[in-house]
Amino acid sequence: MEMYEAIILTIITAATPLLLAACGELVAERAGVLNLGVEGMMIMGAVAAFAVAFSTGSPYLGIAAGIAAGAAASLPFAFLTISMVTNQVATGLALTILGLGLSGMIGDAYIGQPGVKLTPISIEGLSDLPYVGKILFSQDVIVYASVLLLLIVWFFLFKTRAGLSLRAVGDSHSSAHALGVSVRKVRYLAVIFGGACAGLAGAYLSLVYTPQWTEGMTAGRGWIAVVLVVFATWMPGRLLAGAYLFGAVLILQLHAQAAGVNIPSQFLSSLPYLATIIVLVLISRNRTLVKKNSPACLGKPFVPDV
Amino acid sequence: MNRIAKILAGVIALSALTLAGPALAASHGKTKVGFIYVGPIGDHGWSYQHNQGRLAIEEAFGDKVETTYVENVSEGPDAERAIERLAREGFDMIFTTSFGFMNPTVKVAAKFPDIHFEHATGYKRADNVSTYSSRFYEGRYIIGQIAAKVSETGTAGYIASFPIPEVVRGINAFMLGAQSVDPDFKLKVVWVNTWFDPGKEADAAKALIDQGVDIITQHTDSPAPLQVAAERGIKGFGQASDMIRFAPEAQLTSIVDVWDAYYVSRVQAVMDGTWESTDTWGGLDADMVEMAAYTNLPDDVAAEAAVTQESIHSGAFHPFTGPIYKQDGSLLVGEGEIVDDGTLLGMNFYVKGVDGDLPQ
Repeated sequence: MEMYEAIILTIITAATPLLLAACGELVAERAGVLNLGVEGMMIMGAVAAFAVAFSTGSPYLGIAAGIAAGAAASLPFAFLTISMVTNQVATGLALTILGLGLSGMIGDAYIGQPGVKLTPISIEGLSDLPYVGKILFSQDVIVYASVLLLLIVWFFLFKTRAGLSLRAVGDSHSSAHALGVSVRKVRYLAVIFGGACAGLAGAYLSLVYTPQWTEGMTAGRGWIAVVLVVFATWMPGRLLAGAYLFGAVLILQLHAQAAGVNIPSQFLSSLPYLATIIVLVLISRNRTLVKKNSPACLGKPFVPDV
Repeated sequence: MNRIAKILAGVIALSALTLAGPALAASHGKTKVGFIYVGPIGDHGWSYQHNQGRLAIEEAFGDKVETTYVENVSEGPDAERAIERLAREGFDMIFTTSFGFMNPTVKVAAKFPDIHFEHATGYKRADNVSTYSSRFYEGRYIIGQIAAKVSETGTAGYIASFPIPEVVRGINAFMLGAQSVDPDFKLKVVWVNTWFDPGKEADAAKALIDQGVDIITQHTDSPAPLQVAAERGIKGFGQASDMIRFAPEAQLTSIVDVWDAYYVSRVQAVMDGTWESTDTWGGLDADMVEMAAYTNLPDDVAAEAAVTQESIHSGAFHPFTGPIYKQDGSLLVGEGEIVDDGTLLGMNFYVKGVDGDLPQ
């Protein structure tokens, strides 16, 4: 395997969980719900996926379990913030803490157990293409799904009527409500979708990235996903670019160190974050674009005046 | 941008939260012992082993003690809050088990002169603060020797956490062990600036392997790098605990931290009223460092490793025996001399042969 192939394959591995979780969060935020519980939902997905894959021997059942666990973890959040109109920031933080703790408890029996690794699927013919074959067509199903999912989300948000309704709910819930859109229903679905995506991201961690269960193994990736959504100014295309940029800088700095480039490692370690901030600043200079895309009702509680 | 500011504030707020809390009813006549861990006890590495020590205390003293722990405490101001909370809840003894807890421990200890504090791997003591650590470098010398014997590319990869003396000493000991077999042995060091992030540790391992190393060793806490080694068909070493279950065909051995005996003796001292502020630094000889079974090795290599282990255990050999040169070529100690503990504890330079600059 060529060096560049090896590097790009590692970058894809690093970027995929971020992309998945951020994709779900993007939809939730477009509907006006700021869910800071991504980290918690992600780790619930990770532990559920590991447990089921370990018990059944099937990584695919593990993936299903991860998605289900992420979605299930988002339900109490959805109920509290949408039906009970609690503060979204506080409830999201609580969800993260709950997820980290609960997953530790559930995962206790699985510490130190050998994992089940999801194997890549080579697409016959295409994976033998020179230069790009191995990178593009020899991935596991979750990687393919992550890109496909993003495309679907983009299409849904900007090319369908339902997507327009969802964005309307996020931009002005009162207007959407007046037009007869069920704000609560849309938000419930968006939050659950976000949870399912975070759960899938978690499944990727415990089945592909590091096929094992260790407590706290998400190690802050849920937070990076939340930041990526802002970074992308709530646009799916930019999200893809952001996740891969972050992954690329992360991996390249490790390679730079291994190759003996003499740059202080603390600086290299902070590079992914620095790069993200710099790009964020550059993007923010275009105020109209940011304003146009940021959901105006993000984080605001909706109480229909009957 | 107000919204973005809010989101970022949320992110910062979370990182400032301590994730677990002890909830214990006060009880009389029992010695209450609290632990602060930097990682989750499920890391199967560093914090896991400290927790084994805590369990050993419970086993040894039964209902005469009451123990608790707070896990996932980040180093820095959070640690101070967590330690102080245990202190206020009336714990008789508090173990803080990461280097970064040093200053918070000393600070809280000054406010609670009657509580006995034990800080792992630090160098600041007080009348009620003891320090303790293990001579892990003894094990690292052994694995360095093994690495040089089994490596075909003559290059090992080292995943390092933070550039503190403890870690630098480990790198140097590994290199000295390797050089005792192959003077031209190469070592690639990657700093990940974290103790525990399985994904990042795995990424570092992959980067190192892609750059041509065929042995992986680490000074971070998760089994992820070893697992990557197994996946890529190379060998590696476990860290802090026996990680053979994660990589039955890749782990050559593991440096195992054993805190049980020390912890039990310190709790006993508190019960007897004989506790004093001390500085303990035990190694193979004190059974504070053990080597996991030598596996996946040719018989002769395993046998030689056992011989080295025995000679360090008996005190016949010290891994930092001269001549040793620093990376810049200056002489550290001459033929037959041994680097003193003070230099070892403050080690902030590479020995000759390690590539790259040490981050300062």
